[in-house]
Amino acid sequence: MMKIVFGLLSGLLFGFGLVVSGMSNPAKVLNFLDVFGTFDPSLIFVMGGAIIVVFIGYKLVLKRNTPIFNDAFQIPTRKDIDKRLLLGAGLFGIGWGIGGFCPGPAVTALLMGSEGILYFFPSLLIGLWASRVLKPKN
Amino acid sequence: MTEFTPFSSLFGGALIGLAAVLLMLFHGRIAGISGIISGILPPWVNKDELGWRIAFVIGLVLAPVFYQTLTGQSIKHVVSNDLGIMISAGLIVGLGVGLGSGCTSGHGVCGIPRLSMRSIIATITFMSFGIMTVYIIRHVIGG
Repeated sequence: MMKIVFGLLSGLLFGFGLVVSGMSNPAKVLNFLDVFGTFDPSLIFVMGGAIIVVFIGYKLVLKRNTPIFNDAFQIPTRKDIDKRLLLGAGLFGIGWGIGGFCPGPAVTALLMGSEGILYFFPSLLIGLWASRVLKPKN
Repeated sequence: MTEFTPFSSLFGGALIGLAAVLLMLFHGRIAGISGIISGILPPWVNKDELGWRIAFVIGLVLAPVFYQTLTGQSIKHVVSNDLGIMISAGLIVGLGVGLGSGCTSGHGVCGIPRLSMRSIIATITFMSFGIMTVYIIRHVIGG
């Protein structure tokens, strides 16, 4: 039960951060990517703020042996730069540049009433699901 | 044009970071949105993880509603409503974050501070491709 409650609170705070930072607005994201046009560098500040807090916060949290509600921390350990990582990141960048949505802001947009998210979100789920068929378990 | 907002963006970014730190403290999990959504889609590899993931997504969905209720401010939100553009963007983003094992949150917010080389390379790659794509759409095709 506590896992559910704190999962909900983390999601709320994350979404609040997306709204406060302006990143819930795809127009702002597209202007960040439009370096040679109507450039809006705000996203760099969002990343900077998040990275500083996570850098310090993870260091403190990972001094513990276990998280509060689970038996172990799950931290990715892979170090290899493979073709799938590069192909995936490249494709994601292209789709991000076309629609202005990455997955987080696409979720916060669900109740914000745009027509575009009704097309984008189900397609995102289909794409994610398709990637599993293409990607063998490792 | 959108207004450059260094202070609210830095503060909002710090809130995003705090949410990621809390998820690590309480659940011991990386706050990667694509991974969390992917874990909700069947077939479920680990059903124990389903509850908090669904709760986290519900929190994300409700956050703008809470923001508007608390502050009384409307949220700027400009989205393309073009059917073909948004369907293709969704499919490509979904496929990309699935193959690339993460998005702006998992690789950018959580991976860069861990100094993960995979996440640093992924972030540089998706930002570069995003910039190139917007350049082509706005200044080559649209220019």
